[in-house]
Amino acid sequence: MKKEKGNLKERIFSYACILPGLLGVLAFFVVPFAIVVYYSTINNPILHEYVGLVNYKALLQNTAFKQATWNSAYFSLIAVPLSVILSIILALMLERKIPYKSALRTFFLSPLMVPTASVVIVWQVLFHNHGTINQIGEIFGFEGVDWIKSPHGQIIIIAMFLWKNLGYNMILFMSALAGVPKDILEVADLEGAGKLYQFFRIKLRYLSPTIVFVLILSIINSFKIFREVYLLTGDHPVSKMYMLQHFMNNTFKSLDYQKLSAAAVLFALVMIVVLAILLTTDRIFGKDLED
Amino acid sequence: MDKRKKEKTLNTIVFIFAVAAALLFIMPTIFTVVNSFMTTSEIKANYGTLIGSASEKKDTFVSKNVNLKFIPDKVTFSQYEGVLFRSPDYLLKFWNSVLLTVPITLFQVVIAVLSSYGFSRHPSKPKAIIFFVYVILMIMPYQVTLVPNYLVADKFGLLDTRWSIILPGIFSPFSVYLISKVMRRIPISYVEAAKLDGASEFQILTKIFVPLCKSAIISVTMLVFIDYWNMVEQPLIMLKDTTMHPLSVFLSQINTGDIGLAFAVGVVYMVPTVLMFLYGEDDLVEGITYAGGIKG
Repeated sequence: MKKEKGNLKERIFSYACILPGLLGVLAFFVVPFAIVVYYSTINNPILHEYVGLVNYKALLQNTAFKQATWNSAYFSLIAVPLSVILSIILALMLERKIPYKSALRTFFLSPLMVPTASVVIVWQVLFHNHGTINQIGEIFGFEGVDWIKSPHGQIIIIAMFLWKNLGYNMILFMSALAGVPKDILEVADLEGAGKLYQFFRIKLRYLSPTIVFVLILSIINSFKIFREVYLLTGDHPVSKMYMLQHFMNNTFKSLDYQKLSAAAVLFALVMIVVLAILLTTDRIFGKDLED
Repeated sequence: MDKRKKEKTLNTIVFIFAVAAALLFIMPTIFTVVNSFMTTSEIKANYGTLIGSASEKKDTFVSKNVNLKFIPDKVTFSQYEGVLFRSPDYLLKFWNSVLLTVPITLFQVVIAVLSSYGFSRHPSKPKAIIFFVYVILMIMPYQVTLVPNYLVADKFGLLDTRWSIILPGIFSPFSVYLISKVMRRIPISYVEAAKLDGASEFQILTKIFVPLCKSAIISVTMLVFIDYWNMVEQPLIMLKDTTMHPLSVFLSQINTGDIGLAFAVGVVYMVPTVLMFLYGEDDLVEGITYAGGIKG
């Protein structure tokens, strides 16, 4: 982009526009986070003695923390890739010449704008011990499970996650698919390349920046799944549904600042590593595309 | 033309699949709406086992199974009457949601428009660093950010007031990220032309940048609104006083109590966001599309 010439007054104005937001971010996130890092290395809020990594060690040996981390990670590891794959499939479906495209798009996008709390009762009815899913299952000779209380409970929240997020991701992939150069596809067609070949060797390469973006968004959203779990099961879910937010809530209640701070710092580090990996991947694929 | 015929059959199959999938997506919403027109006793007969039939009187029939029922025996507005006139609790909680969500959305978007303008004009090293900090903050889940937010709220005595949720919400950097991605694509020639016409910096913002980013701003507004309308994490931690809780948190307890009204409350709660969606769907889609791709 061409560099903009500008006098000092304009520069000052542009910084003045950033300032209010920046002050808020500093006051509510950055500065207190520095205090959180400090809290994670002292023994208690009264003595303020530096203890190094003791809080972290204690945290990593905490069973509830380990359980919560595993459950949250397990959920994200399944739900995030699924949401990427399924939303690409939806976008490919709507790319074809089929009728009522815009109505279909509206339907797929609608869960985004419906509050989860409004429809949570439908999910409860679907997955209840004597609920719809089990009754359908019984017809085919399956034995009913109390899904919400069973070890398979994560299936429900994965379904809710996909229901809510696929539409948004689908829109992103639809616009990426529209950006694939038509002439390349025509040449491939003429040379007799099959649809699958065209997808994996041509389209997928043009989708890759969007895939990274969708991955980042989906990871962010996957940590919000606590909402659905809370709405479904309240404060005390079965151990398979005990997410990191449950652990944090309980630690807030016991006012254990050291444990809380160590957990927050650890989690932040993990997120930064994930972001770094994704951005590096994006850079590599981005270069690939420019060749 | 064999190939064209094959293509046509494939399209038909895809269409059938797409319709089936679309019905799955819309179904929970439709069920909630349809069931909201049933009588309370019909709801209790169908879904009574959800709350455990032990508490029910013997003379009312409660089905062992919970069936999603699609067509009400009798269409009534009795649930809505119950929600709107007989149980002030729901309206109060709804109002709590409004008191939290509206100021957060409004101020977050105003601050984001201002910040994005600042970031997209005269790019510089310090700005790039600040923006990167915003991106890192954006990916942080509530499990991380609620801890510093809580410390600040505790320090300034904001705990158990709405400010403990509203203030951090206003400065959440998600919308800055999305809006500045769109603003950065505005060609510099527009700015130069405006300057030649004697426009001030503030006028360039309000007369050029804001109108050009209209759909991005509308779509961000909708996304922020629905995100906070859905909030659960913050009130559980910041507000011990449950009378201030928004309806989104309160609805999780409804099936243990007033199951006969649950569907109507759900519908009332989705009215603002669904209206927004129906009114602004094209802007929402356009805004999401613009934001696609990690590089601005």
